[in-house]
Amino acid sequence: MSTIIKLTNITKLYQMGEEQVHALQGVSLEIARNEYVAIMGPSGSGKSTMMNIVGCLDTPTAGLYELNGNNVSDMNDNQLARIRNKEIGFVFQTFNLLARSNVLHNVELPLIYGGIHATERKRLAMEAIDRVGLTDRVHHKPNELSGGQRQRVAIARALVTRPSILLADEPTGNLDTKTGEEIMQLFDALHREGNTIILVTHEEDIAAHAHRAIRLRDGRVERDETVKNRRTYAARITA
Amino acid sequence: MRYAFAEFKEGMLIAFAAIRANKMRSVLTTLGIVIGIVSVTLMGTAIEGLNRAFNESIEAIGADVLYIQKWPWGGGQEWWKIRNRRDLKIQHARALERQASTARSVSPIVGTGRTSTYGRKIVQNTVVIGSNADFVETTTATVAIGRFFTSMEADGGRPVCALGSEVAANLFPAESPLGKTIKVGGYPYRVVGVLEKQGSLLGMESLDNRVYVPINRFFKEFMTRRGGIQIWVRASSVEEIEETKEEVRGIMRKIRGLAPKDEDDFAINQQEILIQTFNQIGVVIAAVGLFITGLSLFVGGIGIMNIMFVSVTERTKEIGIRKAIGAPRRSILMQFLMESAALCLMGGMIGIMIAFPLSLIIDTILPTAMPISVVAVALLVSVFVGVVSGFLPAYRASRLDPVDALRYE
Repeated sequence: MSTIIKLTNITKLYQMGEEQVHALQGVSLEIARNEYVAIMGPSGSGKSTMMNIVGCLDTPTAGLYELNGNNVSDMNDNQLARIRNKEIGFVFQTFNLLARSNVLHNVELPLIYGGIHATERKRLAMEAIDRVGLTDRVHHKPNELSGGQRQRVAIARALVTRPSILLADEPTGNLDTKTGEEIMQLFDALHREGNTIILVTHEEDIAAHAHRAIRLRDGRVERDETVKNRRTYAARITA
Repeated sequence: MRYAFAEFKEGMLIAFAAIRANKMRSVLTTLGIVIGIVSVTLMGTAIEGLNRAFNESIEAIGADVLYIQKWPWGGGQEWWKIRNRRDLKIQHARALERQASTARSVSPIVGTGRTSTYGRKIVQNTVVIGSNADFVETTTATVAIGRFFTSMEADGGRPVCALGSEVAANLFPAESPLGKTIKVGGYPYRVVGVLEKQGSLLGMESLDNRVYVPINRFFKEFMTRRGGIQIWVRASSVEEIEETKEEVRGIMRKIRGLAPKDEDDFAINQQEILIQTFNQIGVVIAAVGLFITGLSLFVGGIGIMNIMFVSVTERTKEIGIRKAIGAPRRSILMQFLMESAALCLMGGMIGIMIAFPLSLIIDTILPTAMPISVVAVALLVSVFVGVVSGFLPAYRASRLDPVDALRYE
């Protein structure tokens, strides 16, 4: 399996007034293509910082980050924007859809910034919307959709550029258990289709969907283990 | 290229969505721009009208005519020196007529105010002009009906006259003036012709309220005290006017017996002097006027900048989302620049819609309609104001850190 993410001795320092906070202290790890990874840890463990760096929203203070063979640790803002556009699909806890735009436009947005031609853009967007099962909601605005549907739109938006990784930050945090489970089922399916998925969560239930769990504590990798008791949707309904 | 277009379209959509979402705020914000554009376009229209009025009336002066007078136009010299100059005499005009080879024609001109009557019809304060038969050749005047007096009539000092169109219309509202005898200042004159309407000089003195008589007759009947005349010299063409000017100057100096070191004791005036003087004043008026009205546009621009800062702050989260999914700084910058440009353009268009009817009111005073150039410039200026005042907020938006922006609630 080919390596898609390679972190070498990643350190992130924040200046909080007088104090320096070591959010990450020398994290090294590799994630291969089509892995299903959960990054876990209590608040303050460096989980969010980790996700920001892996998602190219932020750069490490020190260390090397190679994404798909590119060294992204020293890139400038615009280069990072391009990497985010091409390589990363974000799914956020609060969905983060554009409230004034309809489903289609929300899903098309990354393609607009990616410079894809209008007809191709629409085709790809419709394909992604179809994949999450919202074809009949294309012209609805986010406030006309349920929470689960909104998260599906967000997933479609993340998928539409066919990124190297799907990066989901507490994707079920704002959903009820049943809807959350449906969303996780969608992630499971996307994984089976060959996508690389990274879940950032503090819920064991959610992490149990992944195949590998990386546990952070105080900015360090505490444990990196294979998930033994995986909970698939099927397992859950029979439980 | 394709990317730029998609991005542009996205920017436009966002801009109009944002404006629509905050209708009241947008309208209030553009008010400053509206007022600014109204005042600037009206000022531009007024200046344009002033120029046009000037140009229309200056045409009567003629670009190829030299006006030899005691007093220079445009001033500059010490008035008591000029006051003490010797008057210009008919002999000077005769000498110029004989000697100025480059001149097309030479006319002595003298004028006074008199009452003209025909039967019971009275026109007070007509300007009586004494000149020679070449007057129509020297000036831009043309004969509408009949003829101008001949050189025979002029030299012989015959009691004949040509009327300006206004005098003719007032004395002869219902009949042809040709062959009729009118009284000018009490003296009888037979009307031989009527001139074409000429308009007014700088919107003040009508050129049509005139009676033209042979200068020799004028001297006999109207010259109460010894006074000077003017001599108008028309060059063969506008291009040769400088040549003619030099020749006229030489002849004048000779016949007035000036030594080489003496200064000219006469002035050779021409249209260009008036144009120069007017342009100097015109530029100052335009600069001051546009500066003052421009201030209101500036205030409008500050209003736009202010609201754009609010807009950026409100939409921090949106900026974060856009950045997270790959919008480069340039796209965010463009988006907000377009929003403020669209706001200002809207203001500009509303402003023009208000200013246009107002310019029609100005039109009753000055000959002007709002020129299309002013409309185009006003729209360009409003877009420019939008881009300039939107730049700082847009720049700030483009520099937002995506992590912070996403976290913003």
